[in-house]
Amino acid sequence: MNDITNQSVLERHLKIVGTRPLRPDGVDKVTGRAQFGADIHLPNMLVGKVLRSPHAHARIKSIDISKAQALPGVKAIVTAADFSDLPSEFIPAGEMMVNFRDMTRNIMAREKALYEGHAVAAVAAINEAVANQALNLIEVDYEVLPHVMDVDEAMAPDAPLLHDNMFTIGVEPKPAKPSNIAKRVEFALGDLAAGFAKADVVIEREFLTRPVHQGYIEPHACVARVSEDGQAELWCTTQGQFIVRGFCAKLLGMEVSKLKVTPSEIGGGFGGKTVVYLEPLALALSRKACQPVKMVMSRTEVFRATGPTSGARMWVKIGATKDGRITAADAVLKYQAGAFQGSPVQPGCMCAFAPYDLENVRVVGYDVVVNRPKVAAYRAPGGPIAEYAVESVIDELALRLKLDPIEFRLKNAAKEGTKAAYGPKFGPIGLVETLKAAREHPHYATPLKKNQGRGVASGFWFNIGGDTCATLNLGEDGTVSLVAGTPDIGGSRASLAMMAAEELGVPLDKIRPSIGDTSSLGYNFLTGGSRVTFSSGMAVVEAARDMVRQLRERAARMWEVPVDSVIWEDGCARIAEAGVAEFKSMSLAEIAKTAGKTGGPIVANAAINATGAGPSLATHVVDVEVDPETGKVTVLRYTAIQDAGKAVHPSYVEGQMQGGAVQGIGWALNEEYIYDAKGRLENPGFLDYRIPVCSDVPMIDTVIVEVPNPRHPYGVRGVGETPIVPPMGAIANAVAHATGVRFTELPMSPPRVLAAIDTAAATR
Amino acid sequence: MSKHHVTTTINGDPAEFLCSTEQTLLDVLRDVLYLTGSKEGCASGDCGACSVMLDGRLVCACLVLGVEAQGKRIETIEGMAHGDKLHPLQQKFLEHAALQCGVCTPGFLIAAKALLERNPDPSETEVRYWLAGNLCRCTGYDKIVRAVIDAAKEMRAA
Repeated sequence: MNDITNQSVLERHLKIVGTRPLRPDGVDKVTGRAQFGADIHLPNMLVGKVLRSPHAHARIKSIDISKAQALPGVKAIVTAADFSDLPSEFIPAGEMMVNFRDMTRNIMAREKALYEGHAVAAVAAINEAVANQALNLIEVDYEVLPHVMDVDEAMAPDAPLLHDNMFTIGVEPKPAKPSNIAKRVEFALGDLAAGFAKADVVIEREFLTRPVHQGYIEPHACVARVSEDGQAELWCTTQGQFIVRGFCAKLLGMEVSKLKVTPSEIGGGFGGKTVVYLEPLALALSRKACQPVKMVMSRTEVFRATGPTSGARMWVKIGATKDGRITAADAVLKYQAGAFQGSPVQPGCMCAFAPYDLENVRVVGYDVVVNRPKVAAYRAPGGPIAEYAVESVIDELALRLKLDPIEFRLKNAAKEGTKAAYGPKFGPIGLVETLKAAREHPHYATPLKKNQGRGVASGFWFNIGGDTCATLNLGEDGTVSLVAGTPDIGGSRASLAMMAAEELGVPLDKIRPSIGDTSSLGYNFLTGGSRVTFSSGMAVVEAARDMVRQLRERAARMWEVPVDSVIWEDGCARIAEAGVAEFKSMSLAEIAKTAGKTGGPIVANAAINATGAGPSLATHVVDVEVDPETGKVTVLRYTAIQDAGKAVHPSYVEGQMQGGAVQGIGWALNEEYIYDAKGRLENPGFLDYRIPVCSDVPMIDTVIVEVPNPRHPYGVRGVGETPIVPPMGAIANAVAHATGVRFTELPMSPPRVLAAIDTAAATR
Repeated sequence: MSKHHVTTTINGDPAEFLCSTEQTLLDVLRDVLYLTGSKEGCASGDCGACSVMLDGRLVCACLVLGVEAQGKRIETIEGMAHGDKLHPLQQKFLEHAALQCGVCTPGFLIAAKALLERNPDPSETEVRYWLAGNLCRCTGYDKIVRAVIDAAKEMRAA
C-alpha cells in the first residue's frame, strides 16, 4: 500500500524539486575518492581468476585441477562440482523471474560449455601471476560440438541443441521433441484480417539486429570475505545489492542473513549489472581459502562472457487508410537469448506497437537459445529492437501516404484511455505532447542539404515500481541521514535528497543521502526499470511524511497542545490557529536537540511495494549526412523529447536522454559482435567494438515534457530507459531519406551502407 | 624474480615503490600505492579512464610500465584539487552535471586539463577530438563538452 499520492502536491509551489543543485556525491567523483568495485583492498587478499571455455559449444568430459592445486601460492580452486545443482523452476526475485538451474550453469559450466568465454573453473592465488599460471595448469577435456549462433539456424528442425530438456513453452500441444525455442508468446487485439482488408496501403518488411553490449566503462568486480563460521561479506559493483545477496545465497546454499552485500559506486550498468558472474565464484573461493578474494574482469572477459542484449530477426506488417489511420499491425519477433532462456522478447512484443492506438494488432515472439553469452537486461530490454522495426515501417507508410511522419504518428498516437495490445488501458501519457514539441522545435524546420536526411521515431517504455525501503535518521543537530537501497548510477542520491528536503522543508544540504548495504535496510529490488526516482522517491516521501508527523507530535508534546493544532511549514512546527502569540515556531534542529527528552531518537522508515509506475514516451528527431563515397553516416543534429512526468533534477533527466540517444547512435551505426566460423568473438575490446566517442556525435538537444504521473507524489515517471528506444528507428529513417534506400539491418556501418547505395544505384 | 625499485614524483611529492617488470604504471598506482582514482576500463589504451600526466604528457597509465616512472613527474586525479579548492574543471563538471556514474570522470578531467594547458580557448570540435580517447557511456558527452568549454572560459578570465 503506497497510495500517498496527493494531487495538491503536484500543484503546490516547489522550492527544491525541479531545480538543479550540485549532486551530493559529486566531489568524491571529481577527485577520485569515490570507491568503485575494483577500488576495494582488504588485508591478506587473494586474487581470483576465471578459466573460460575456448569453444562455443563443447561437452566437458573432465576437469583435472591437480597440477594447478599443487602450484605454490594457489589457495583455492572451484569448478561446477563446488556448486549444488538446482532445479529448473522460475522463482521471483523482486520484479524478475529467475531460473537457478540456468543461473548455476551460467556462472560455472556444468555438463557443457555453451559459449566461448563460459566460465569452467576459478582459481584464487596469492597474486595475479600465480593465478594465471594456475589457470594454464587446469586440464579440461572438451568434446567440441556443433554450435549455432543465429535464431533462424537455431530454430531449424535439425539445429544442434543447446539443452536436451528444452521443450517450447507456450505452444499447444507441448512439443514432442526438444528444440532451441524456449518460449512462444503472443499478444493480440481485434481482428487482423478485417483490419488489413480496410487498409489502402500495407507495408511489410523483415529486419535484422545484432547483439550489442551495454558497454559500461567499469568492468565487473567484487571482493568476497567468508569467515570460518560461514559469515560472509561481499563488496561489489551492482545494480542491486539485495538481488546479489539472494542469488549468491541460493547458489552457495547460504542463508541470506549470513551474507552482507555492500554495493560500491557503480561505473555504469544499463541493465548489465543486474545479474551475478564473479560474485558467487569469489564467495566460493573465499569460503575454501578463508581469505578475502578479489575478482575483476578484464574488458575481454566483459565482452566474451557478460550479457549483451539480443540480436533479433523480425517481420513487421502494418496497414493504413489513405487518410493516415492505421487499421492493422502484425509482427513476429525472434530474439536471441544467448545460451540460456530469457531474452527480453516478451517486453519487446509488449512495446512493439505500444505508442499507437490500434484496434487490430498481433505480436508473436520467440525466445531462442544460441551459443552466445546469456543476454542481460540492457536499458528498456527488448523495446528498442522491436520499436526500431515498427518505427521504420511507420516511417515508410507515412512516406507512401505522403504524410508528415509526425502528423501520421499524431493521427495514431496512444493517449489516456487507449487500450494497449498487451492488456492495460493507459492512464495519462505524454506521446502526443512529445510529438507536438518535436513539430514545433526549430530543429524540425532546419533546411537539409544534399545527402542529408531527417528521421523521426517515437518510443515507449513501461517503467516499474517494486519492493523499496528508505530510512531517514534525524541527527541530534537537525540534519538528516537518508539511506536508500537502490544503487545510485546516474545521480539518484541527488533526486532522493531533493524530495526529502522538499517534504521536510529544509535546505538540501541538511540531507545527507547514502546507499545502504543489505544489513541496513529491508529488501529493495534493484536499480532498473527506471524505477529509482519513482520507487525510492516514493519511499523517501513516505518516510519524510512520517518524520513530519513525529516532529509535530514532539512539538505538540513540548507545547502541551493537541497534535492536530500543530502544522509543519518551512522546516518548522507551528501552531495552526492564528493569533496565538505565545507559541513560537520550533525548527527541525530545535526538536532534534531535545528529542531524547520528548520520546527518544526520531527515525522514519518506509517499506513499500511501489505501484503506479507511469510509462514514459519519447520522440526523437535526427539529421544525418551520408557520405556516398564511403557509406559513413554522420549525425548532424539530434533532438530528444521525452515525457518525464516530473523532472526532479532536470540536468540528470537531460543526461539520461542524451546518454540514451548516444548509446542508440552506437547501436544504429557501429556496434556489433563479430564472430569467426568457430563461434569465437573477434572484437572483444573497445578498439574494435567501437562505442561512440566524443568526436562522433553532436550536442544532443533535449526537451523535457511533463505530463505528471498521478500515482507519484511529485508526478515522477522514471526516465532512464525510454531514451534508447527511438534512436535506431529515427536514424534508420534519416538514412533512408538521405539515400533513398531503406535499411532494415543494424548496424548501418559504412561497408553496409556503401554496399546498399551501390546496389540501389546499379538497379536503378 | 626480484622487483625494481623506482623513485619518482607523484602529485608533487617524492614517491618510491617496488614493482615487477611487467607491472603497468596503472597497476602500481592502484594496487601498490592505493591511488585508485585512476580507473581501469580496458587495459589496452582504448578508454582513457586511467589518463595521467607523465612529465607533462597525457598518457594512459595502462600503457606505461611502472619502471618507466623512474625519475619522472606523475600527476593523477588525486592531485588535481588544491587543498579544499577544486580545480575549475572539477567545479564545472559538477555544475554542468557532466558525470553520471562517474567512473570515466577522473580520466576526462586529466585529459581536459591537458587540453586547456595547451589550448586555453578550444572550439567545440577541438574539445571533441582531444577527448575522443576517453570513453563515457552515460552522458552522451554533451554536458562534458559544455563543462570543458565553460571551465576554459573561466580560466581565461582568471
